[in-house]
Amino acid sequence: MSLRIPISVLSLAMTIGVGASFVYDVPEAYAQDTKKKQRRKEVDAAPVELNATTVAELTKIANERKLRVEDLSAALKTYLPSGTHDDYIIFASGGHSGQVFMIGVPSMRLLRTIAVFTPEPWQGYGYPVGEEILAAGKHEGKDILWGDTHHPALSETGGEYDGQYLFIGDKANARLAVIDLRDMETKQIVKNPLTISDHGASFVTPDSDYIVEGGQYSTPLGFNYASVDDYQAAYRGMVTLWKFDRAAGRVDVKKSFALELPPYFQDLFDSGKKASDGLIFGNSFCVESVTPGFNIGEVNFEAGCSQRDTDYLHIIDWKKAEKVFAKGGAKLVNGFPVISIKTAVDEGILCLTPEPKSPHGVDVTPNGEFVVIAGKLDPHVTVYSTKKIREAIAAKKYSGSDVYGVPVLDFDSVMEKQVELGLGPLHTQYDDKGYAYTSLFLDSAVARWTLGGEYASKHSEEPWKLVTKTPVQYNIGHLVAAEGDSVSPDGRYLVAMNKWSLDRFFPTGPLLPQNFQLVDINNPGTVMPVLYDMPVGVGEPHYAQMIKADKLKPWTVYPAIGWNPQTQSIDPTAVKAGEEKIVRDGHDVTVYMTAVRSHFAPDRVEVTEGDNITWKITSLEQSIDTTHGFCIGGYNINLSLEPGEAATIHFKAGKPGVYPFYCTEFCSALHLEMLGYFVVKPADGAVKVTEASSK
Amino acid sequence: MSRHSLFSLMGPRVSDQELLTRGARYAAPTVTLALARILLVVSIFFPYWSMMLEAPQYPDGLEIVAFVNTLAGDVQEVDGLNHYIGMRPLGEAASFERASSVWMIVAMFLLIEGAASVRSRWAVLLVLPALLFPLGFIVDLQFWLHHFGQNLDPHAPLSSSVKPFTAPAIGVGEIGQFRTIARLETGWWLAAAGSLVTVVGLVLHRRAYKPLHDAAKHRGAIGVAG
Repeated sequence: MSLRIPISVLSLAMTIGVGASFVYDVPEAYAQDTKKKQRRKEVDAAPVELNATTVAELTKIANERKLRVEDLSAALKTYLPSGTHDDYIIFASGGHSGQVFMIGVPSMRLLRTIAVFTPEPWQGYGYPVGEEILAAGKHEGKDILWGDTHHPALSETGGEYDGQYLFIGDKANARLAVIDLRDMETKQIVKNPLTISDHGASFVTPDSDYIVEGGQYSTPLGFNYASVDDYQAAYRGMVTLWKFDRAAGRVDVKKSFALELPPYFQDLFDSGKKASDGLIFGNSFCVESVTPGFNIGEVNFEAGCSQRDTDYLHIIDWKKAEKVFAKGGAKLVNGFPVISIKTAVDEGILCLTPEPKSPHGVDVTPNGEFVVIAGKLDPHVTVYSTKKIREAIAAKKYSGSDVYGVPVLDFDSVMEKQVELGLGPLHTQYDDKGYAYTSLFLDSAVARWTLGGEYASKHSEEPWKLVTKTPVQYNIGHLVAAEGDSVSPDGRYLVAMNKWSLDRFFPTGPLLPQNFQLVDINNPGTVMPVLYDMPVGVGEPHYAQMIKADKLKPWTVYPAIGWNPQTQSIDPTAVKAGEEKIVRDGHDVTVYMTAVRSHFAPDRVEVTEGDNITWKITSLEQSIDTTHGFCIGGYNINLSLEPGEAATIHFKAGKPGVYPFYCTEFCSALHLEMLGYFVVKPADGAVKVTEASSK
Repeated sequence: MSRHSLFSLMGPRVSDQELLTRGARYAAPTVTLALARILLVVSIFFPYWSMMLEAPQYPDGLEIVAFVNTLAGDVQEVDGLNHYIGMRPLGEAASFERASSVWMIVAMFLLIEGAASVRSRWAVLLVLPALLFPLGFIVDLQFWLHHFGQNLDPHAPLSSSVKPFTAPAIGVGEIGQFRTIARLETGWWLAAAGSLVTVVGLVLHRRAYKPLHDAAKHRGAIGVAG
């Protein structure tokens, strides 16, 4: 009988097994697993061996192309064979284009642009999908059709790039945008209600609690009129702290607030981190408070606002500011909460300290110990100790206060070092070897110099000294090193963002591209060669972020069919396969359409002149790169339907006629055949309307 | 049922004395056939068959994976491509088989359990479905591949360039710009191993119970052991 027992156990096991096979979705689990596997074979990485023949062949090519040995080395460091991917990704501001550029490093290939502040037809951004995002960026009710994108910031967790979101400011219109890095699409634009220009946007606090937007040209806050003659009384600067709701992937405007600042032209900002967590640093120019049109003797405005030897570094305790805001210490200006200068001073939120005049970069070192100010008109970078700043604030070591009553910390008490680098220091980033890199605009060079403090042990040179300068072509603005403004920079690569290209490329007419130059910063010491030039002929990029590529996890198809990229979830009203139809309700017509290679269903849509049309369309595709376009000529309609995406658009049927609609992406061998007719009938009702539902 | 027919079905009883002295001999078929059952049930959780489709524009390939009860992998994409040549959606193939397979496996499981319980040659008949199941799977698969490949919609866009075809159930085929590589997967091999173990079980079954039969016949008596 003992033999019977295992059999019952087996039967039980079978019952459980079979039951489980119904409950647990084995094929789904298997599919998830195989999706993760890289099925493609790895490129054969057998070591290269050069023999006499190959050396002769390569030498011949080099000589025919007039390449020097260092050129060959640069080529080998940057060339990517087809199908291999870059180690780093740059997100660069697109300047006047109002876009963001996504560039691979070290290949320096433009991977794509991301439409942000400007309607962009390829991505179907604003045609009309995305119109509501753009509409949130209106100024005083007026559509703004471009942006001057300046400073992108990647979202951070603990001061490290986390690869989830990108923020970017629009200097021309004082706006901020949020880009979701899962689908590289703009999800939100917020317009600053206080001002019309900004510059210090965007910089994040170490956990992206806040996105900092510092203003630029002082105006009356809240966008009101005041005579320029009343500058000191009526004009103000500001810094806005936009609260970021990471779970929602949006700025929470209701939890955001601003600080009123003196009408110095605030410029760049940076957030403290680690040792200086809780502080925000922002610099300024024109503390002379001269105004355009107001000349001092024979001196014009630009000279007038550089009369003094120093401007002011702003030091803001954002954690204190957050508490004051929470306690109701802010007043509404144009509906937006603003902490006044007086409150900020009384609560110990704001103080100033002198900085070399007309600076640009204010860059906190990775450990948060120092802040480096690059004063464009001073050959030094000035290094401040954040510890000394905190001590000076605690001890109230003021050298006085400015005309607005803001205490000014004694310069000598907070300054750590001044390092002479050359002419026109502009912006600084860091590497993993204890070096700092500063762009020198007038010298057209990148300076490598040594940090002191705990960084002194990381390099072999004397601290606080220039190590080397590499000439770049030409007039470098910002620079970006690999994760160079995070708490753990990677070194390896640096890109000089040059304003002029002059003779570097074939002339493109009087308007020349910018020049991004890749610089190899992998070796310590004085060797720091330029490897590659990349022309940027789309706009003038300002700042960029360079992130390790494997930190980004972009989707290649949307997670499910019927996806709404705006909510990043399935749209429950999205059209499903088999449910295509056209529904009429008086003058309201709703089209339920699907798109799949190579067919729109339904492919004939007949309406009457003046009908209000809601057109819903879902891409049924679930394979990589199977994007469909959908355009109707004459209507400014062009959608980019990425795999799985669902869209809903509204428009009014116009002049009677026959409007072919077609797929604007070459999706398949029968792409040209992927079309339909949108027929608008005259309103006299002579033609009978037929209910059409085709598949 | 008469005592005789019951005997011919169940076979001779094994006395407790016999079990104690030669336990291993009788345990062997029981344990072996238990293993066969386990293999069969476990196979449900693994793919039986896969077809990889390679083409220039699919550097990672497309993969169709068949479980006994469902299809997985890039079914939607392959269906999308197939509509150009007029092939019906893969989901319409072998729908009866997929719907009933788990129950068929339950039945086969119980039949093997029956085989382990009887002490007669009926055991052979009882394990026969499970024994032939892996072979049957391949035959059925090839039938459907043939049926689908041969019955293309003549109005399909590419009907002029892609003629009816039969993709091999195992091995390499070619259709349009695609190369198809079909192979048996873990689940099938588990079921096949189950078959093999079943054969071993049968041999052990025969070794254990044949002598009892022969002895019973020899004595010409029924129910000696009872």
